[in-house]
Amino acid sequence: MSQVAETGREQLAADKPPLLKIANIETLYFDRIYALHGLTLTIREKEIFAVLGPNGAGKTTLLKTVAGLLKDQPNKGTIEFEGRRIHRLAPERISGRGIVFVPEDRGLFRELTVKENLEIGCWGRRGKEVKDDLEFVYELFPILAERGEQQAETLSGGQQQMLAIARALLRRPKLLMLDEPSLGLAPLVARSVYDALVKIAEIGTTILLVEQNAKLAFSIADYGYIMEAGRIVLEGTSAELQENEDVQELYLGLGGDEDSSKGWRLYKKRRTW
Amino acid sequence: MENILQYAITGLSQGSLYALVALGVVLVYRANRVLNFAHGDITTVGAFAAFMLLAAGIPWWLAFFLAILLGAAIAMVFYFGILIPAQRREANHLGMVILTLGFGLIMQALVLKFGDLEPQTFPFPLSDSETFNIGGVVISHLSLGTLIFGILGSFGFYLLVQKTPIGLAMRATSENLAAAQTLGIPTRRVLALSWGLAAGLGVMAGLFLAAVLFLDPPFMMEPFLKGFAAAILGGLNSLPGAIVGGLILGVAEALAGGLISVAFKNTLAFLIIIFVLLFKPEGLLGTEFIERV
Repeated sequence: MSQVAETGREQLAADKPPLLKIANIETLYFDRIYALHGLTLTIREKEIFAVLGPNGAGKTTLLKTVAGLLKDQPNKGTIEFEGRRIHRLAPERISGRGIVFVPEDRGLFRELTVKENLEIGCWGRRGKEVKDDLEFVYELFPILAERGEQQAETLSGGQQQMLAIARALLRRPKLLMLDEPSLGLAPLVARSVYDALVKIAEIGTTILLVEQNAKLAFSIADYGYIMEAGRIVLEGTSAELQENEDVQELYLGLGGDEDSSKGWRLYKKRRTW
Repeated sequence: MENILQYAITGLSQGSLYALVALGVVLVYRANRVLNFAHGDITTVGAFAAFMLLAAGIPWWLAFFLAILLGAAIAMVFYFGILIPAQRREANHLGMVILTLGFGLIMQALVLKFGDLEPQTFPFPLSDSETFNIGGVVISHLSLGTLIFGILGSFGFYLLVQKTPIGLAMRATSENLAAAQTLGIPTRRVLALSWGLAAGLGVMAGLFLAAVLFLDPPFMMEPFLKGFAAAILGGLNSLPGAIVGGLILGVAEALAGGLISVAFKNTLAFLIIIFVLLFKPEGLLGTEFIERV
């Protein structure tokens, strides 16, 4: 399997230059707890990438480290964006380079209205471009136009997620990072959020998303990484990963007769893939 | 009845100054979740600077303008030079509050070293002894000017925060710092502006207060504590609350002083703090008491 993944990656890597290159990073909490332990991954332009893994694998930490939200982290290793070092820069500057992060809690300004949240997304930009972008996000999420004057905290979970994504889009990100965009959403709502992500990718935005819901993630991702204990343990195109027995068993619930708890015990025992 | 109206008008005039002080306290609290105990002392430096400029023969409008700028600059220096380095070393809220206390003491020392220490009357373009008589209610030129200025100042400030892009950035940054950062807002500059604006409002109030009180080094101590009480009354994280709190406190003080006893006037602010914290800790218009971590 890993060989298939290797060749797959090399082929794709040859086609497109890497947008984000993470090499051997270590992120620590409280100076001693390793959340990321020598993690390496590469994100190519104009594709959708998914990072999957169990709770506590370090997925959120990975996104926060890239966004620069963890002070003095990564402790070791390098992160390059478009060939330039970005690790340990201030989050404002990383955002300025074109990386926008939508956190798991959506990071909305809850007391501001929907419109004001979107205005903040346009910070520092002016002119017709902004108008076009606003039109695009209203077309993508028509509900936001209807709810313009409402406070963000009064929106439903799905609408909040849409607002968070729309606001991030107004920054014209080159790389959009999303932490569990389907979390807490009804299946149909999650589906419509994911459909929007596909449209966003179509206009040339690279997407890196972290998910627990593997089926949903595979439905739109071009390439996936499986993370465990702060490392990437498996990678490949969505098709390759979905054929992998371990992934089927542990993430897609296709483990034959075994019930899921048994599957998890198996998972715990099998430290190496 | 006429008496009560008289007290109310005097109280509103005084309260509008408390409101300006309270706005500064609330603005800084919203920005960094820090109670700025140097607020009154920065204001004192501004007022003394204005007095010295006036003594040097500079026209009052220019002297006031420069004093306000000086106050704002001092607050921003504190933010960039002391608070940010402290945050980088992971200072907690208590540590930052103590830093403001220490900075306040330094400001007081500066005033003692360079200011004129004799309590003195502050030359002000409006007179406190000439009065208008409106239907039996007497109001001095200064009080009326204070009231008008306080209301216009608060209202202008409200418009700045609610209706301009920079105000929007201030509100966003104070609500969710990490989100503002990931959206590329220059949060440090925005927060520094909050500190500067707070100090500027404080100096404005201080200039009016110096005209009523005698200008001596600790003259802002009491108004600062009153402003602080007004901020707690209105809700520490609410800007409209600061204005409402200031006006209520001003009127309540004037009424208590006039109808009960002048001795009771100053105690009232602290009674209000105690009652609010016991029975409605988030204040009249505030929404937050227990900090979200």
